[in-house]
Amino acid sequence: MDDPVVRAEGLYKSYGGTRRPVRVLDGVDLRLGHGEVLALLGPNGAGKTTTVRVLSTLTRPDAGTAVVAGHDVVTAARRVREVIGLTGQYAAVDEKLTGRENLAMMARLAHLPRRAVRARVDELLEAFDLAGAAGRQLRTYSGGMRRRLDLAAGLLRHPRVLFLDEPTTGLDPRSRHGMWDVIGGVVADGTSLLLTTQYLEEADRLADRVAMIDGGRVVAEGTPAQLKREVGDASVELTFAAVAEATRVASALGVPTPAARVLRVPTDASVGHVRHVLAGVEAAGAVPEQWQLRAPSLDDAFLALTGHAARGADDREPVEVAA
Amino acid sequence: MTTAVDVRGLGSGAAPARWLRVVPDTVTMAGRVLRLARRDPDELLVALLLPVMIMVLFVYVFGGAIEVGTDYLSYATPGVILLCAGYGASNTAIALVQDASTGIMDRFRSMPVADATVLAGHVLASTGKNLVTTTIVLAVAASIGFRSDAGALAWLGAVGVVTAYIVAITCAATLVGVVARTPAAAGGLGFVMLFLPYVSSAFVPPETMPAWLRGIAEHQPVTPVIETVRGLLIGLGSDGAPVGDLGATAAVALAWCAGIGVVSLTAAAWVFARRGR
Ligand SMILES: Nc1ncnc2c1ncn2[C@@H]1O[C@H](COP(=O)(O)OP(=O)(O)OP(=O)(O)O)[C@@H](O)[C@H]1O
Ligand SMILES: [Mg+2]
Repeated sequence: MDDPVVRAEGLYKSYGGTRRPVRVLDGVDLRLGHGEVLALLGPNGAGKTTTVRVLSTLTRPDAGTAVVAGHDVVTAARRVREVIGLTGQYAAVDEKLTGRENLAMMARLAHLPRRAVRARVDELLEAFDLAGAAGRQLRTYSGGMRRRLDLAAGLLRHPRVLFLDEPTTGLDPRSRHGMWDVIGGVVADGTSLLLTTQYLEEADRLADRVAMIDGGRVVAEGTPAQLKREVGDASVELTFAAVAEATRVASALGVPTPAARVLRVPTDASVGHVRHVLAGVEAAGAVPEQWQLRAPSLDDAFLALTGHAARGADDREPVEVAA
Repeated sequence: MTTAVDVRGLGSGAAPARWLRVVPDTVTMAGRVLRLARRDPDELLVALLLPVMIMVLFVYVFGGAIEVGTDYLSYATPGVILLCAGYGASNTAIALVQDASTGIMDRFRSMPVADATVLAGHVLASTGKNLVTTTIVLAVAASIGFRSDAGALAWLGAVGVVTAYIVAITCAATLVGVVARTPAAAGGLGFVMLFLPYVSSAFVPPETMPAWLRGIAEHQPVTPVIETVRGLLIGLGSDGAPVGDLGATAAVALAWCAGIGVVSLTAAAWVFARRGR
């Protein structure tokens, strides 16, 4: 890490002109080592996309420097563009072109040798499980297929640094897992990856290091294991008809008394422990109205790591639990 | 993912000279625009029907009531060509706004292609499309009786001036496309483009207009373009009288086209390079 492939120092960016500027980046510092995967984790409006846009030369920072593969993103933008791949938050594909046409066009613009275009496009279509749909226009693709193609388009020339902005937002769980496998394969190839995400689980699954970003600043940084240790485990969340019932079950299980009808029991999410908890509930003679296994949310993480809730977040949808 | 195709190291130092890539990249961009247009049934239908409709409107509906000193079909055909080109150009503005509303513009800009090629691709594609439309207008005109005894050189000159006009207004459309935020706003250009030929010598002699309007008509770019094309193809001026030397008019027409093209393309490139920053 002495010689990171991406190094950003003190990035500032405001939008909205001089009269009423809104500070979107408020001194972002980042480092990405060779072959490393860094997840930028943060709620809506945290500045994830803006950071990626600065690093991929699309936006000029007001202050600060960023160097990608040895080239300054402002003064040597063209050099940077030769070594990066970008798959942004919003689809960068043509709906009325087929999968193959989309990739072939991007391959030509990426200046692949003419002879290599066809073979490389076929190779990526195959690797991303799109060979069967290669001749179909993109408007017939599912969300997951479209994302995979969008990702493939950013990989045509084996970028040294890949930027993925929320690669799985909006995908169903199955497509999300498929996308993770695909991204894992790219990373195994040695590409350095900076991805942004709103999902703790995604950062855990893909990243070597996580930088939590909120209000345009990196507010915490560490390995997923460190973060998880501090954030705590998943919980079994049980909703009872009355507070009294929840309280009774809490004392039976030996967990702190809840203030409401909802009882949270920490768990490592293993089958054995979840069964143990549920058996305890049954033994106490209580019947929950509903229950679910709940992973720590982004809010939980921010609260645990920074002592305050994320400013932009409202992200309390139940997350799948990685057992 | 194993790598059967070795495309590594392409970006590491040994990048091909950038200016060598401008032409092929522009052609790739233009190919994209044309392919997308071909797959848009609405645009295709309108592009085919518009020339016919406008021709019918002017020749059969208005034509009988307008006295220009010669047959109205011959008089109005150059104007119809310009009207249709204006419509095509306004589509370019809309296409640019649509590109900017998806992530594709960002992807292009994150790649090692010059910013200008995105714009140049649209200009090239739009010019090609409009020349096809021009051909359709001429074919429709010929099929309902348009005849020209102009020689090959005069035809070449007329096509040249029309092409210059098309390129110029397409560049203007590009500027509108990078400045406008919504397709509807970009469509506003269509209004101006359709309006200009009406306030020119395209469909009625300016002599018939009130003085103030006539002042506009005689000093706006469409009039010298129309006068040149009409002079070359049917040898008549806006008053229906034979024209002599067209050199001065043609020079004014080309100067307008060059001016509009250079100014708007430069401005468009300037705005484009700074947008989103
Ligand atoms: N071009 C712009 N003009 C004005 N404001 C902007 C612009 N781009 C971003 N912003 C504002 O900057 C803030 C941060 O935006 P950014 O897109 O970087 O957040 P994000 O972390 O990517 O959020 P999300 O999860 O919603 O994608 C937001 O409040 C956004 O409205
Ligand atoms: Mg974003």
